[in-house]
Amino acid sequence: MSESRAVLEGPDIHRALTRIAHEILERTKGAGEVVLLGIPTRGATLARRLGDRIEQFEGVKIPVGSIDITMYRDDLRLKPARPLGRTELPPDGIDGKTVVLVDDVLYSGRTVRAALDALNDLGRPTSVQLATLVDRGHRELPIRADYVGKNLPTAKSEKVKVYLEETDGREAVLLIKEGAK
Amino acid sequence: MNRHLISAGDLTKDDALLILDTAEELARVSERSIKKLPTLRGRTVVNLFFEDSTRTRISFEAAAKRLSADVINFSAKGSSVSKGESLKDTALTLEAMGADAVVIRHGASGAPHRLATWVRGSVVNAGDGTHEHPTQALLDAFSMRRRLGGLDGRRITIVGDVLHSRVARSNVLLLATLGADVTLVAPPTLLPVSVGSWPCEVSYDLDAVLPKSDAVMMLRVQKERMNAAYFPSEREYSRRYGLDRDRFAKMPDQAIVMHPGPMNRGMEIAAEVADSPRSTIVEQVANGVTIRMAVLYLLLGGETLA
Repeated sequence: MSESRAVLEGPDIHRALTRIAHEILERTKGAGEVVLLGIPTRGATLARRLGDRIEQFEGVKIPVGSIDITMYRDDLRLKPARPLGRTELPPDGIDGKTVVLVDDVLYSGRTVRAALDALNDLGRPTSVQLATLVDRGHRELPIRADYVGKNLPTAKSEKVKVYLEETDGREAVLLIKEGAK
Repeated sequence: MNRHLISAGDLTKDDALLILDTAEELARVSERSIKKLPTLRGRTVVNLFFEDSTRTRISFEAAAKRLSADVINFSAKGSSVSKGESLKDTALTLEAMGADAVVIRHGASGAPHRLATWVRGSVVNAGDGTHEHPTQALLDAFSMRRRLGGLDGRRITIVGDVLHSRVARSNVLLLATLGADVTLVAPPTLLPVSVGSWPCEVSYDLDAVLPKSDAVMMLRVQKERMNAAYFPSEREYSRRYGLDRDRFAKMPDQAIVMHPGPMNRGMEIAAEVADSPRSTIVEQVANGVTIRMAVLYLLLGGETLA
């Protein structure tokens, strides 16, 4: 048996993204050279939403893309080969830009490490930052997020699941406790 | 997916679509400045070629290298095979060297199937005799899907030396799985006896089929495998089954022309047809690398299958 609890509802996700969008604008002084790259699937959705918000707030159109990290994972050998996500860079590329990686949940940090490796093969950004909707702790690598929607203390036995309208038809972040068997 | 890729008929529709979709994403890698992925680092792919090949061998080599695998090329000429070493002993030697995948081309139909029982790694059939060539069928399907938008219900015509063609057999099996309607056109002497049991139509009249085709695939007349007179003269064959300018004009405006290569220009296909913008022949070669990357990734990228 497992029980789940919503830690963020639709309006909370909305507010968190709005705040992150403002923080990105503030930290990068207007987001002039910023490129948002989402990690598929839900990170890519979040990156598009952040891009839309930044455009609303300041009227600047930010290049948004996606970066699939499957081929760079360090745990590929542990599971059968997985389907690939999409890597889509903005037409101007990422050289000399400030890349903000966007993911839904930050956990061990291994996904982000893989994304940094993937970036390395795609170009040379001036700097790389990280935005995540949920930071649930338990890092296994020296990686931290620059923009966090919500810090969520979790146990390793728990699962965090993000649902977004575009992919899942609903908006929520659930904390799932794996109960006694 | 299976551990081996021996026959296009072993692929379910889901398997085939997974390979095509994976290739679609990998095609983007070929467009970047660094065309390399670290995925198969530390894995060894052996290209075991007992028959001559240019594009298939180079294509598999490029695919494996783009995924960072180590590649060992083996061709029968200049190896111990010319001293009389058997396929099994050759296979065991490769096994001892730690091959994670063996890509085999062999003149005997069924050789990859036999090899798969001897080695622990994955076996990929790169053409066995007159039997099958599954990665060619996959790259053809990929090329068609990109040009035609989809394969379900598309009418594909395969013309020529079906009897000696492993490409035709693999294509018929795969295209049927993907929901396309396949028609084979050939002189009766160049159709295998068993063709009645294949999931396709058969016709002897190219001119009647052409106007109803979304894609026309011309096969090479394989003179090196012909030990009897299958047709009266090359000229007659070319007149009745060759794709010349007049026949090309009978095809629907959006229909594409394919050829697995190598071509006999002027024999089964006229040079100006082969070089037309509706011909996918050069594209097929580029897509070959992509589709083989997808196959190698799906066979070797994950945990090693039992």
